[in-house]
Amino acid sequence: MSALAVEGLVKRYGSVEALKGVDLEVGEGELFGLLGPNGAGKSTLVKISVGLVRATKGRAEVAGARAGSRAARAKIGYLAELFRFPGWYTADEVLILHQRLAGSPGGAAERNRLLELVALADARDRRVSDMSKGMQQRLGVAQALVGSPRMLLLDEPTSALDPAGRRIVREVLENLRDEGVSVLLNSHLLSEIELVCDRVAILRAGEVVAAGSPAELSRPRGVELETGEGTRTIDGATREDVPRLVAEAVAAGRQVFGARVLTSTLEDTYLEAVGDEVS
Amino acid sequence: MTAVLTIVGYGFREALRRKVFTVVLVLTAIFLVLIWIASHFVFEHLSGLNAHGFIDARSFAGSTLLGLTMFGTLFLGVVLSIFLTLGVVNGDAERGLLQPLVVRPVGRSTLLLSRFLGAAGVAVAYVFVVYGCGLAIIDMTGSWLPTSKLAPGVELAGGVVVVVAISLLGSIVLSSTANGIAVFMLFGAGLVSGLLGSIGHALNSDTVERIATITAWALPFEALYQDALHIVSSGASGFTGAVLQLGPFGGSFVHGWDVRVWAVGYLLVALGLALLAFSRRDL
Repeated sequence: MSALAVEGLVKRYGSVEALKGVDLEVGEGELFGLLGPNGAGKSTLVKISVGLVRATKGRAEVAGARAGSRAARAKIGYLAELFRFPGWYTADEVLILHQRLAGSPGGAAERNRLLELVALADARDRRVSDMSKGMQQRLGVAQALVGSPRMLLLDEPTSALDPAGRRIVREVLENLRDEGVSVLLNSHLLSEIELVCDRVAILRAGEVVAAGSPAELSRPRGVELETGEGTRTIDGATREDVPRLVAEAVAAGRQVFGARVLTSTLEDTYLEAVGDEVS
Repeated sequence: MTAVLTIVGYGFREALRRKVFTVVLVLTAIFLVLIWIASHFVFEHLSGLNAHGFIDARSFAGSTLLGLTMFGTLFLGVVLSIFLTLGVVNGDAERGLLQPLVVRPVGRSTLLLSRFLGAAGVAVAYVFVVYGCGLAIIDMTGSWLPTSKLAPGVELAGGVVVVVAISLLGSIVLSSTANGIAVFMLFGAGLVSGLLGSIGHALNSDTVERIATITAWALPFEALYQDALHIVSSGASGFTGAVLQLGPFGGSFVHGWDVRVWAVGYLLVALGLALLAFSRRDL
């Protein structure tokens, strides 16, 4: 059973069609990345999956339960793109609140573990109003993990984090994958997606325009051969062509100094997929 | 049940943290001091009021002062109710406070009803405390208490609970500022219609009284307030009672079990609409 299954999902806000029949599937223990420019429909897709927004048409299920139903909500952890916790709560109290709402029996042990996981153990008794934006975002990640959800949906979880904070979240995500937790990660940071995600979907204007593993999306572009006569690019050539190309150059009396397989990066694929839309 | 108590507690804590709560407490203290001063001097000069012997001056003064206290209590209670609820849905959603709570398994209806219970609990407690203080002040300064002491307070509390429900419903369809203004204007309209009703009753104008009655039924917090005033003034007999009912705190044009039952129905409908609207609201 898929952790998240979305089929023919359509969402209209008045005359604006935010999603135009999206199909998507996140497997058990899979780390799935969502990419796309602003207004592509990424947040709408996540919000439908957690029950914050109602789909106009189509189907969204979390572990077999209708998205937004009580059963589905019991299985998810969610961090919104724009969120806030009451400023007068301490980090520990925020987690206590969510433990009670999630019905988590984890108690103090769970809270301690989560605060340590996001490097906030020393800020346990600090009020949210006294925390930096990055600390609040890490607390948001901890909050999403309350009750050990089987499916985690994170909407721009690292937007306010410095590089050290991003690394912490990245490590958390990798650990979760090892534990079999599925993650849907919505982010603008291509490098982040490329580093941690098993599969990626690129959305543009409410449609999935590219999908696959980062490796699949980073397809070969050719081979660059450096000889005594200069550097030459052989378009369309792959890694398998390198020995033949080198042998041919040597047979032709040229000195070969190096050969490099060229691949397009996820960024190239992304820019190709979204065209000139500014993210 | 744990989830309900958690959200009620969350609402209580939020209410107590708000600056408006402190402002209302300060205003309440000033209001009660003014009531005490007024009661003290009015009862001190009662012999002058009783000169003609037509009316029971102590009952007249006590009823009027309690009516004034009830007006102030309702006004401050409504201010508190509106500020506790004006942004419960749209306001909190815009600030990003609501989404992390809504995705939890508790469900939207539990969340909304718990927020209602939290706000209504604070508002009802406030009304009872202020009304009780008002009664105590009038008793201490003038040795007068109405025949029915509890019922008027219950009706006032019912009135603010209706306002809480209206404001909660408004918070789903309007922005915080628009909702606050709209509910406060409704409250103002209710007060004006109440005064209009009293004038209509005094002048024996059926049309004016009918307009006021329709408005009071449309805004049952006003009907409950009028009913509470009526309970207080109806304790006075004879000419005193008649004079009281002609005044602004007589509550003579709408009262009885009809409006009480209607207010309960109105409250349930308002809450039902709020639940329906919230269940369909994209966040």
